[in-house]
Amino acid sequence: MNDDAVFKALADASRRQLLDRLHDRNGQTLSELCEGLEMSRQAVTKHLTVLEEANLVATRRDGREKLHFLNPAPIQQIADRWMGKFDPGRLQALANLKRALEGDPDP
Amino acid sequence: MADSSFIYVTYIRTTPDQLWRALTTPEFMSQYWLGATADADWRVGGSWKLVFTDGRVADQGEIVEFQPPQRLAIKWRNEWNPEFKAEGWSHCLMELEPKDETVKLTVTHTMERENAKFIGAVGGGWPQILSNLKSLLETGQVILKPKA
Repeated sequence: MNDDAVFKALADASRRQLLDRLHDRNGQTLSELCEGLEMSRQAVTKHLTVLEEANLVATRRDGREKLHFLNPAPIQQIADRWMGKFDPGRLQALANLKRALEGDPDP
Repeated sequence: MADSSFIYVTYIRTTPDQLWRALTTPEFMSQYWLGATADADWRVGGSWKLVFTDGRVADQGEIVEFQPPQRLAIKWRNEWNPEFKAEGWSHCLMELEPKDETVKLTVTHTMERENAKFIGAVGGGWPQILSNLKSLLETGQVILKPKA
């Protein structure tokens, strides 16, 4: 996961505004996202490309339209880095489980 | 668009078969699904339930797509929260695509209802569960432990 791409994408206020809009209402088309913004359609397109490349926005086709969705995963992964806890006991239990599952033939 | 949707896309350093197994094996699921696990008949049309460790049913539904190790889709309704249960059925699609040394996992959870509270709620739950799953497959440990 490219942390630099995520931070660079988030460093721009216009891009954060687009993420806010998707957070407010997910699954918008390009036209819907452009509505009421001072940015040109071209500028919005450029920003969405940066956001998609950072995996902050995911897209799906719905008929002829391309819908944009906020993907929280990259931000989650950055947060987890400094929020996760290490537990040696649990690590051993999971290693045992992993070995047991991998050792068994398919049920 | 009068639907509510939540999408989560993450890249996990594992194989499609390993990830598929992690998504459909109760022993694996209980390690990362914050204490819940699935009780299901793993085939199209099969019943599916998410069950808490004390046996209470959290969510239930039916498997609508089952194509190992690529697509798993579940028709899904919450059971333990009356407000969420009243909102009715949701659709949860899990897509697995190999990408270099990783698998791209896309979870799309939708409901044909505007501003669905249930979709808002799963939007809080999925990041924790999927983050745990990624951590478990990549490092052998989860980040968030189930509540005692």
